[in-house]
Amino acid sequence: MPVLSILLVRLLTTAITLAGVAVIVFFVIRVVPGNPIAMMLPPGATEEDIARLSALYGLDKPLVTQFGIWVSGVMQGDFGTSITTRQPVLDLVLGRLPATLELSIMALVMAMILGGAAALTGTRFRGGRTEGAIDVANGMALSVPDFLWGLVLILLFGVLWPVFHISGRVTPSLDLPFTTNFYLFESLIRLRFDLWADIVAHMFMPALALAIPLAAIIGQLLKQSLKETMNLDYVTLARTKGYGETRVILREALRNAALPTLTLVGVQFTFLIGGTVIIERLFSYEGLGNMAIDAVINRDLPLIQGIVILFAVIFTGVNLIVDLLYTVLNPRLRHA
Amino acid sequence: MHEARAIDGRSLVRRRAGLRLWLSAGWLGLLCVATLFAPWIAPKDPLAQDLFLGRLPPFWMAGAEPGYWLGTDSLGRDVLSRIIHGARVALAVALIAGTITCLVGATLGLLAGFLRGWVDMVISRLIDIWMAFPPVLFSILLIAVLGPGLWSIIIAIVVIDWTRFARVVRAEAMAQGAMDYVASARVAGRGRLGTMMREILPNVLPTIVVLLTLEMGIAVIVEAILSFVNLSISTDDPTWGGMISEGRTSVHQAWWVLVFPLVTLFLTVLAFSQLGEGLKDRFDPVLR
Repeated sequence: MPVLSILLVRLLTTAITLAGVAVIVFFVIRVVPGNPIAMMLPPGATEEDIARLSALYGLDKPLVTQFGIWVSGVMQGDFGTSITTRQPVLDLVLGRLPATLELSIMALVMAMILGGAAALTGTRFRGGRTEGAIDVANGMALSVPDFLWGLVLILLFGVLWPVFHISGRVTPSLDLPFTTNFYLFESLIRLRFDLWADIVAHMFMPALALAIPLAAIIGQLLKQSLKETMNLDYVTLARTKGYGETRVILREALRNAALPTLTLVGVQFTFLIGGTVIIERLFSYEGLGNMAIDAVINRDLPLIQGIVILFAVIFTGVNLIVDLLYTVLNPRLRHA
Repeated sequence: MHEARAIDGRSLVRRRAGLRLWLSAGWLGLLCVATLFAPWIAPKDPLAQDLFLGRLPPFWMAGAEPGYWLGTDSLGRDVLSRIIHGARVALAVALIAGTITCLVGATLGLLAGFLRGWVDMVISRLIDIWMAFPPVLFSILLIAVLGPGLWSIIIAIVVIDWTRFARVVRAEAMAQGAMDYVASARVAGRGRLGTMMREILPNVLPTIVVLLTLEMGIAVIVEAILSFVNLSISTDDPTWGGMISEGRTSVHQAWWVLVFPLVTLFLTVLAFSQLGEGLKDRFDPVLR
């Protein structure tokens, strides 16, 4: 199949997936007990007040009509109005998205550095105690999920040796000159390294907690394919030229061993983004996930819908890009 | 010389695998004992509050009270007794939710992978949709719908995690279905259902068992996460997640309220996954 038709098929299945997510989230959250309108009014509100406000948010119409109104709004970029804050859902969600993106990307970079270092060290000293130690550490990192690593990090670097901040995104008393919500990125651009250091000190632990399980996966897979590559003829050739082991690994083997790992990293990255929900909660980090949990607790239906759809768009988008990249990079698959 | 080292390495791997299999099984066995005999083992009543005995440190520190081995929380409840009673919820969720998830997911995966056609298409699309949900947010939503309680947690885990089994089992069943022995079973006159249950299933079973032990560890974590956002069981029953959530707020005043349930949870999750890895090595013909 040519690349174009693969692209079309993938786009179609992605659209079906997103539609499915929209249907499920819309109807599931409407089964939630507890009237959101009654919750936002003061205790003395009359039935009439509740009815009037329900009509204002369109919650008095039949479910299918509500769904139709919501979908046609979404098509035009209107995700409705948050019930708790009375602001447009899209503004709220896009305001929080940069925080979550920065956290996820920082975690991804950390995972690649940690996992890459583990794999390279393990390959360099393969067959010995060092490799054994790395395997054990990898196994532990892999078995324990990000939530528990977050708690362990809080104990280590928040209590035992308090070097990092355990909550928030930035110290609240600081004066922020930013125009976008990409604090980490913008502080670098503006050369405000004092702010940058503060932001990193807040992000370090949540990002590391998210990074540890992914680092283990990268470490394991990359080491495996590095070791396989090390037995190939062209690597032996490089050795006979008299290059040292370290140079052979870095300059010859790594380039070829990296591709299978990279494709896996794409899929795993969506799991990492999913993990931000609870990690942001744990570290009181003001991102999308934290807002999502608040939205569920407050029964803010339009906001929940908006956040879930955004997550679904990110997940399917990442998967789509990875698939297409893989097809482009690996010609054998184009004809499959 | 090269060969000798390879053989040595293999026996080393086996010994290490055996050790971790026994260590994890031992820890989980200990938890089972704690679950079954909690009222007799626990030194104190896990719900008994005593504000005069609040935030007592564990036994080796100054100011500890005899009988309260791992100290008390801010309400004066015994941490050790609460951990022992909390094992009940953790193990119940692990066993029940893990097993039901496994049955549902493996069945759907087997059907999709073996029958192919429209069954596969529907199940694969469902898996795609499920994979587009952030799982933690999904579980919190479901608990908001179902209301807190043990069975709500179990249902939420089944609803969310069946795809873990379905994806892997589907791929395995597809690979097995393409093999000659399956074709010869069909030629020999076995029906489709018979082939699936008698030929494919036994060959996929090792994978399913490994996934099941991993899922049990995941179930324990999900329960802890839901307790952490205050959506688990009723607040009275001690759960590890609930203890961790309380401990997190007072970590600077009384670290032990966080540390001991955290260590217990950590070891339990590690034990489940190491049990799975150990079983995988046992089943893996390359290592055997």
